[in-house]
Amino acid sequence: MQERLKKILEESKEQLKKASSLQEAEETRIKVLGKKGELTEILRSMGKLSPEERKELGQAANQVRAEVEKMLADTVNELKEKAREAKFKAETIDVTEPGKDFKLGTKHPITITIEEIAKVFKSMGFSLAEGPEVETVFNNFDALNADPYHPARDWTDTFYINDEILLRTQTSPVQVRTLLSQKPPIRVFAPGRCFRCDTPDATHSPMFHQVEGLVVDEGITMADLKGVLDSFAKQMFGSDTRTKFRPHHFPFTEPSAEMDVSCFKCGGKGCRVCKGSGWIEILGCGMVHPNVLKVGGVDTEKYTGFAFGMGVERIAMLKYGIDDIRLLYENDMRFIEQFK
Amino acid sequence: MIVSLEWLKDYTDLNVSPEEFCEKMIMSGSNLETMEHVGADMEKVVVGKITKIEKHPDADKLVVCKVDVGEAEPIQIVTGAPNVFEGALVPVALDGSRIPGPLHGQPKKEGGVKIKAGKLRGVESCGMLCSFGELGFQDKVVPVNQRDGIWILNGEYEPGADFAQALELDDYIIDFEITPNRPDCLSMLGMARETAATFDEKVSYPDTTCLNETDKAEDYISVEIKSDLCKRYVARVVKDVKVEDSPWWLQRRLIHAGMRPINNIVDITNFVMLEYGQPLHAFDINSVEGRKIVVDTAEEGEKFVTLDGTERTLDDRMLMIHDAEKSIAVAGVMGGLNSEIEETTKTVIVESANFLGNSVRTTAKRLGLRTEASARYEKGIDPNLCHDAADRVCRLIELIGAGTVVGGSVDVYPAPEKARTVEGRVSRINKVLGIEISREQMVRYFESLEMKVEGEGDRLLVTPPTVRQDIEIEEDLIEEVARLYGYDKLPVTIPKGNNEASQSYERDVKDLARETMCAMGADEIQTYSFVSPKGVDNIRIDEDSWERAFVRILNPLGEDTSVMRTVLTPGMLEVLGRNYSRNIESVRAFEIGNTFMQNLMDPEGLPIESDAMSVGIYGKDNDFFTLKGMITELLSKLGIRDVEFTAEREYGTYHPGRCARILTREKVTGRNPEEAEWVELGIMGEFHPDVTEKYGIGTRCCGAELMLNVITEMADMEKVYYPLPKYPATSRDIALVVDEEMTVGEIQKVIRKAGGKLLKKIELFDVYRGPQVGENKKSVAFALTYRHDDKTLTDEDVNAVHNKILTNLKEKLDVVLRDI
Repeated sequence: MQERLKKILEESKEQLKKASSLQEAEETRIKVLGKKGELTEILRSMGKLSPEERKELGQAANQVRAEVEKMLADTVNELKEKAREAKFKAETIDVTEPGKDFKLGTKHPITITIEEIAKVFKSMGFSLAEGPEVETVFNNFDALNADPYHPARDWTDTFYINDEILLRTQTSPVQVRTLLSQKPPIRVFAPGRCFRCDTPDATHSPMFHQVEGLVVDEGITMADLKGVLDSFAKQMFGSDTRTKFRPHHFPFTEPSAEMDVSCFKCGGKGCRVCKGSGWIEILGCGMVHPNVLKVGGVDTEKYTGFAFGMGVERIAMLKYGIDDIRLLYENDMRFIEQFK
Repeated sequence: MIVSLEWLKDYTDLNVSPEEFCEKMIMSGSNLETMEHVGADMEKVVVGKITKIEKHPDADKLVVCKVDVGEAEPIQIVTGAPNVFEGALVPVALDGSRIPGPLHGQPKKEGGVKIKAGKLRGVESCGMLCSFGELGFQDKVVPVNQRDGIWILNGEYEPGADFAQALELDDYIIDFEITPNRPDCLSMLGMARETAATFDEKVSYPDTTCLNETDKAEDYISVEIKSDLCKRYVARVVKDVKVEDSPWWLQRRLIHAGMRPINNIVDITNFVMLEYGQPLHAFDINSVEGRKIVVDTAEEGEKFVTLDGTERTLDDRMLMIHDAEKSIAVAGVMGGLNSEIEETTKTVIVESANFLGNSVRTTAKRLGLRTEASARYEKGIDPNLCHDAADRVCRLIELIGAGTVVGGSVDVYPAPEKARTVEGRVSRINKVLGIEISREQMVRYFESLEMKVEGEGDRLLVTPPTVRQDIEIEEDLIEEVARLYGYDKLPVTIPKGNNEASQSYERDVKDLARETMCAMGADEIQTYSFVSPKGVDNIRIDEDSWERAFVRILNPLGEDTSVMRTVLTPGMLEVLGRNYSRNIESVRAFEIGNTFMQNLMDPEGLPIESDAMSVGIYGKDNDFFTLKGMITELLSKLGIRDVEFTAEREYGTYHPGRCARILTREKVTGRNPEEAEWVELGIMGEFHPDVTEKYGIGTRCCGAELMLNVITEMADMEKVYYPLPKYPATSRDIALVVDEEMTVGEIQKVIRKAGGKLLKKIELFDVYRGPQVGENKKSVAFALTYRHDDKTLTDEDVNAVHNKILTNLKEKLDVVLRDI
């Protein structure tokens, strides 16, 4: 019996070594451990033996079974591993082939620029205000302290719907609307479309966008104006940006200023973008003219305020290096998709 | 305003570099446009005297000149200029010299051009005789008689002298941007006042006193003002006039200021205009009938020939200068050819008048004739300048010996302009600027601007000179203090107080819609708010449809931009067409913008502006159902999930078989939502072939026009959590053979109704047409998903509902399951 066990072990070892598929391994298992397997038969026949013999043989048989089972498991694992390797090899792909198309759409560069500006002003507690593109002459000019004979009112400069209604030439009428509808403290910014009678060329467009701002509260100073706009410039154009406020004139602010920022292309050394000056003019601003505050019934002794306005196209063109404003309204997808 | 630095120094001391001058002037309010160093780029250019001219042996058009350049022997120079003569003083560029250029016909070069000795047609030429142009002067400032040929100097100069030095050419020409509130700065004296205030200097005013006056002006001329468009008219008279070229210093200043010298009388009036900002005009007294000046408006339709030789038609709002019988000048714009100064003129009337800016502006505009004079009048001039300016003209005429000044003047000035006093408070000025400076310092600023200050303590009573018409209220005083203190020195603070940033719900919806469309691969476009009225024709809108109720622009740039858009689709199609023509294979685009409608309720009021959105797609994988899917997903993102697309066959823009109205149910509370009204959100479809053809799109192309304002109203951005299903779902597929005309929508409606609460999802997974189902038939297959929220469904439960659906389909639509 012991001889047979030894032989079973030897033969199993031999067969499993040769096995090249799971099928063959299974055949070995059936042959040895199956219901009619050699080892099973031995174990079954042990009933006829004496307790001592049974014990001795039982131990030996179980040991052989354990060994065969282990060998079987090892062989199966090994074969499985080989099969996987073969599968991986067959399934290997060329990872340098291009990926499948997934296309996100792109916002228009003007939208992107307005959103960037909006983000900065929202972070400083400015609420977004809006007004209509078709406005009253009153909101666009009269209420903003524009001289009745101001050249900007001419038909050659402004689009009219009738004597009282025009296409707004600036976002400043939103200041008037805000002052008429809200009591101080006021802190708003207003992006939007504007229109002027300019024949389109590389630097002019009859339609363009501005972002307006208005702050009215007790004790607002020109130093506050500088602080807010300097902070805007640093957030918009980079923390190294310096600002320069120059005296200027607008009918609806007094004192008025223009703000230059240090050139964000050359850092102020002078280049093509800043025309060698190191500075780029970005916006107009000033302390709100009392005549404008009075339109909104604001007590000009108690309250002061500042306002500012900037051209979105100008900022977008400078930031992205766009050399022709008409590109913005041609909407060539190859152009728009560059701003992804 | 063009400022010659050399000229400016006549009026105020200036001891800084041109760069520093500009920098400080910018910060005090005179913004720099350009600065140019003239008379630079000139080396080894000397005064030469032509001593002898001989013919060139081999060239008819060349001559050989012997030129004295201050050396022992004259040098030989060949020239082709026709205007040289023996004895002429000329600029000579010696061998190895540098001139600004450009040379004839070439572009101007940075740093100028080198001149070397050489041979011209075999004859040695040791340099070059120069023209104005070759020495860097623009054609528009070169005196007419010097334009063709070499610059012939007028006056005494030493041969061999450095040319730039001898003619005092070295100068900085600075162009300042003058804001409309400061017309006083459109003059050298105005800029001198700004300079003096900026650098803490004083202005010394020009000499206006004549030494030898004879006779009395009122014996020569009388003046009558008949229109209130003229505030003042000063006339002075000069006799024994010798009209000739001006001396070089006068010519040079005009040239540097960008004006062409004409003759001494005209040059002096121009010079004084630049100096004071007061336009002046000179008439030949012989052409003034009755020796009488009458200021009055023109006759309607009157014809008049201006100095430039053009006949113009006047209207009765244009202010004119007349004599006793006829018109002789368009007031403040241009003189008439009939009273021009000529070489034979002996006695001139010098006009120094003040006309209302707006009147001059409209006249100039109507005549299409904007001149240096009209540009100045338009912006407003202090009438108190008239007399000084007239006196200054007389003084200069006397100074250069161009005539004898007649004593006195005729001055009609019905309502003299008086200086006004503006009140300010030291405390307020400091408060608004966020600074703390003393009254004394403020007073110094005002006084440096020639403003008189009275009052005491906090109270400042400031009286500016009448040229400063812009100083009216306390804020104007604040600005004067701020700019002289320096905007750059103001502190930088952040306003106190806290504001919560917010934006409107409408804006939120727009932002979200934009993000969603981009996420679905659509690019955003922006097109003009004004469009061509033809757009609605191109998209085949019905004649009487609301899309044609345009808000029209009275003065558009052209028909293409003459009406405000009522729909966005034409703009979208234009963009699609443009991209298609540029061979862009596939496009997904959207626009969010305003549309405009006449306000029929209130025709006087503003038009109605609404938010709208257009979508346009073409190319691979971009068909009707792509677009429908995008719109469904967009609406779903905005919380609008109960959406129906109903076939629309009548809307001209779209393919009659491929167009749908997009509807949702009105929001109702407390009522069965099934009873709610349907609300239209927009329309979509494949564009009609005639439409795509109009826009040059050679492929199928789909689009939508959405009423974003309605969508915003219907949107529901509240997010609500529903528990995830706890019990399993059962799925049953059905395939139905139906007539081609029957829509999936109809079938779904019946299924949904019969399915009740247990039916969770209907999914169309196949539409088949072919021989197996027969002609004009189609097979549509749906997967129906059943689930109960609180228990696991048994087969019996499902069968009950499923059979009910099948019965309903049979009863209501007469459709049965397809035999497979």
